[in-house]
Amino acid sequence: MKITGKVIRYGDNVDTDVIIPARHLNTSDPKELAAHCMEDLDPDFVKKVQPGDIIVAGKNFGCGSSREHAPIAIKASGIACVVAKSFARIFYRNAINTGLAIVEYDGDIRDGDQLDIDFAHGVIRNHRDNTQGRFTPFPEFLQKIITAGGLFKAKETMQ
Amino acid sequence: MNMTMTQKILAAHAQRDSVLPGELILAKIDLALANDITAPVAINEFRKAGGGCVFDCQKIALVMDHFTPNKDIKAAEQTKLVRDFAHEKGIEHFYDVGAMGIEHALLPEKGLVVAGDLVIGADSHTCTYGALGAFSTGVGSTDMAFGMATGKAWFKTPSAIKFNLRGKLPKWVSGKDVILHIIGLIGVDGALYQSMEFGGDGVASLTIDDRLCICNMAIEAGGKNGIFPVDQVTLKYIAAHSTREPVIHAADSGAEYERVFDIDLAAIRSTVAFPHLPSNTKTFDQIPSIPIDQVVIGSCTNGRLSDLAVAAELLKGRKVNPRVRTIIIPATQKIYLDAVHQGLVDIFINAGCAVSTPTCGPCLGGHMGILAKGERAVATTNRNFVGRMGHPESEVYLASPAVAAASALTGVITDPATI
Repeated sequence: MKITGKVIRYGDNVDTDVIIPARHLNTSDPKELAAHCMEDLDPDFVKKVQPGDIIVAGKNFGCGSSREHAPIAIKASGIACVVAKSFARIFYRNAINTGLAIVEYDGDIRDGDQLDIDFAHGVIRNHRDNTQGRFTPFPEFLQKIITAGGLFKAKETMQ
Repeated sequence: MNMTMTQKILAAHAQRDSVLPGELILAKIDLALANDITAPVAINEFRKAGGGCVFDCQKIALVMDHFTPNKDIKAAEQTKLVRDFAHEKGIEHFYDVGAMGIEHALLPEKGLVVAGDLVIGADSHTCTYGALGAFSTGVGSTDMAFGMATGKAWFKTPSAIKFNLRGKLPKWVSGKDVILHIIGLIGVDGALYQSMEFGGDGVASLTIDDRLCICNMAIEAGGKNGIFPVDQVTLKYIAAHSTREPVIHAADSGAEYERVFDIDLAAIRSTVAFPHLPSNTKTFDQIPSIPIDQVVIGSCTNGRLSDLAVAAELLKGRKVNPRVRTIIIPATQKIYLDAVHQGLVDIFINAGCAVSTPTCGPCLGGHMGILAKGERAVATTNRNFVGRMGHPESEVYLASPAVAAASALTGVITDPATI
């Protein structure tokens, strides 16, 4: 899987309460959740996000609650991938299980940069300065889960 | 090979002699838990995957505790979805309004978790049960659905950090101050993907409620689980609450830890986590006079009987500051009833507090105590992220029940030792 997208940049410790505030957890509908994605961190997010955009953040992305609504909201908002220096462990599992592409990578990436990400080979290319960085690609079975759109959707292809 | 407690429990449930940190395993689970927010997503996934029978209707707990008694129509629809599923599948441990309590206070009280168990829960604070010598960890709804269907979950075996506790806590200082101190020390990702194992001579002086509170917030340091050794205090608690036999796993003396911290309990002071991270901790020598608007005493972290008793000790015969809305939430029906019988509820109401039926409500900004723009709360809960208890420009200060009660009396964040 390869993607190209524009970067929306955030900092460290982006928690699940700002990704999708609990006041909106009285639904599990992806579209409704997406309408409030990142609301308490960046109220303009839903206005500016374009399908295929990439969130890039610092360490411990997705810390806090186990709510799967967080990766569901990000994915339904159109975000193609989240790149972060590190992920909180429950979010990490939930992203894979719901088919949201994630990459652990630490590099000089700025808001508005254009990135190419090659998941199979573990390569990120930044159009701004034409630099290239490497990350450890997921094993094939995890890539299949993400490509299929989640653990349960991947079940048949895995058997 | 030498193993930590966590490695031993994981190995036993993967039917292996040993497991190494980093190793991926498929393990049997003793209990799978979800609540009214996470269960609906799990149930939808479970049904999409073909539905059918759950792996064991006695080993699934569904606790309606977050937006209950239902705060609005959407929350009521979500709860109804779970209720219908529970009845359809014959889920034995389904707890609805009237029987429910906050899940991580309720399950130990009902004897559903004993030492040696492997528990997954679609709630990040599932790590609480490590206090009983169990391995328990938070997962998402898809993992919960897989667990309900198969009775299994996959894990990456964590490496561990050891916390050697010695000495005894001073008056007014509790498990909450210990865990806030530790999170302040190592940071909100200080134990990322790792197990936090507690040990040392100081453990014996900690009550089960202190240990539950400490393990509850392991996730706030990024930890996969928190775990205490099993001693007489644990066994006495389990015998009083469960008919199941505990299985005792002890860490080997040669077990490997990535880091070791020595913590003198006698040196811990009342600690407050300032907005907007649980690691942003201060002790009272660093805290100026900060006026507050609300106090919440409750939650899966600090809604147990001993927490209410400490608050009552400070509130007895006094009135809370009229500018401070003080909300007290016993975590379970049993705790509520015990608080009534012991006269604690009389003390709270006479002091000007509101006492509520069990709910997670205000902790996550759901209902029952939402903050307006610019308002500040002292809460015995576990998170103080932006917007956690209401408006994105409100503030939450995390503290022990003693600090919360003292602050309710004065209207500013207050050291209970000064009351």
